[in-house]
Amino acid sequence: MPSRIVILGGGTGGTLAANRLHRELGEAVEITVVDQDDRHIYQPGLLFVPFGLADPDHIVRSRRAQLADGVRFVLADVERVDLEEREVELRDAAALPYDVLIVATGARLQPEETEGMLGPGWNERVFTFYDLQGARALRDALARFDGGRLVVNLVDMPVKCPVAPLEFCFLADWFLTERGVRERTELTFATPLDAAFTKPVASKALAGLLDEKGIALETEFATGRVDGAGGVLASWDERELPFDLLVTIPAHGGAAYVERSPGLGDELGFVPCDPHTLQAAAASDVFVLGDAANVPTSKAGSVSHFEGETIVENVRRLLAGEELQPTFDGHANCFIETGFGKALLIDFNYEQEPLAGRFPEPHVGPLPLLRESRMNHWAKLMFEWAYWHVLLPGRDLPGISDQLQTAGRHAPED
Amino acid sequence: MTQTTIAGRPVEVDAEGFLTDPQAWDRDIAAEIARENGIPELTDRHWQVIDFMRERYLQDGAAPSIRTLGKASGVPVKELYELFPKGPAKLAAKIGGIPKPRGCI
Repeated sequence: MPSRIVILGGGTGGTLAANRLHRELGEAVEITVVDQDDRHIYQPGLLFVPFGLADPDHIVRSRRAQLADGVRFVLADVERVDLEEREVELRDAAALPYDVLIVATGARLQPEETEGMLGPGWNERVFTFYDLQGARALRDALARFDGGRLVVNLVDMPVKCPVAPLEFCFLADWFLTERGVRERTELTFATPLDAAFTKPVASKALAGLLDEKGIALETEFATGRVDGAGGVLASWDERELPFDLLVTIPAHGGAAYVERSPGLGDELGFVPCDPHTLQAAAASDVFVLGDAANVPTSKAGSVSHFEGETIVENVRRLLAGEELQPTFDGHANCFIETGFGKALLIDFNYEQEPLAGRFPEPHVGPLPLLRESRMNHWAKLMFEWAYWHVLLPGRDLPGISDQLQTAGRHAPED
Repeated sequence: MTQTTIAGRPVEVDAEGFLTDPQAWDRDIAAEIARENGIPELTDRHWQVIDFMRERYLQDGAAPSIRTLGKASGVPVKELYELFPKGPAKLAAKIGGIPKPRGCI
């Protein structure tokens, strides 16, 4: 009898894992992917929607259509995971027993966690671009915006793509300049971190860019409440930032069923796991992939991709009764749009913070790390094709290894 | 790293005054760090937060964020700011003798 693999979530991680497992384990496994809807969003595209650079309808495709023939797709809400019975209970559908479970349900936006955020002004002068509806509403608001106070606010870590709030600032600077209203706009980035980003060398480079572009940086701003009617963003320590337009990145948590599954997740609904084997802390037959995991690296599609091989090999080993391999190193790779047709690229893992150098080939490139270039911008745009045609089918990107390459990496010269 | 003396004990601290070795900590050290940071006396509510933070850090290797504290320590965020003015997660970590919480990534 084939082993039953159930994958919760048909996003980046779930899809690429299903396709890889299907290809590598073939008839030996029976793979089922569960998701609550059939809309796979190319999430990096959300950043471009507010600036009219991406058509919202073009970044959504069928989840089912991204899965190889032979992978079963079940459209249902997950009620809970029963770790002892080794079964996933679904709402309005038959329960799914599993031999191996992969949790890949990502992160969920929780605007309701911040007082007042969903109150008056939500999607009128308070927006997020982290979902399609918000990105679209923000596009219309930005098209009308004729100057004033624009505040970009990161509520709390962890969030998906922690560089996206900065990219939004840089693109807003470019967009408002093109529209001739930048001089009438006060642009502020408010973050709970004590710097522009989480890692010191990249923080310095990014703070330099904010400064160059005249974007104010408000650090250690722990968002307490939003007053959409009055146009005030307040921190827990009573600092107030007035705004005409607020672009917020709400707090994130894991999928709701994680909280309903005893022992599976932490307080925020993320799932603790071994950072190198990706095996869940709660049960040996459960693995965690992508944003759903509470591993100390970025929540980003590149991470899911780099985790893919470790997951697939470890599922094979678990089924064969072999020891797991601790091969995932926290590798993340992120393009950072900086506006005016340029982008930065950062590449890092658990051990090494983002540094300068060349990517993917040390000393050669062609892409420069931690430095603005047009080529990085074009690479970011081309990545969308690779996402649908290489990443999701579960194939390797030529010349790019899963583990971080450290050769030729150094702190940037000032 | 700097060698210093807190509550009569020699300890090593980083540039921001966080103990580098959580094992070198004790409750007298906590009380003195608290006083230096504007908290004259540590109440039971303070200790509830500090003990929770230490426990989590020693278990997970990472200090909990303010949001985790609010959800799991038994002390709501509003009160955390009253107990530990300005930055509760940071200040409670400092008093608790564990490294500064990173925003992770």
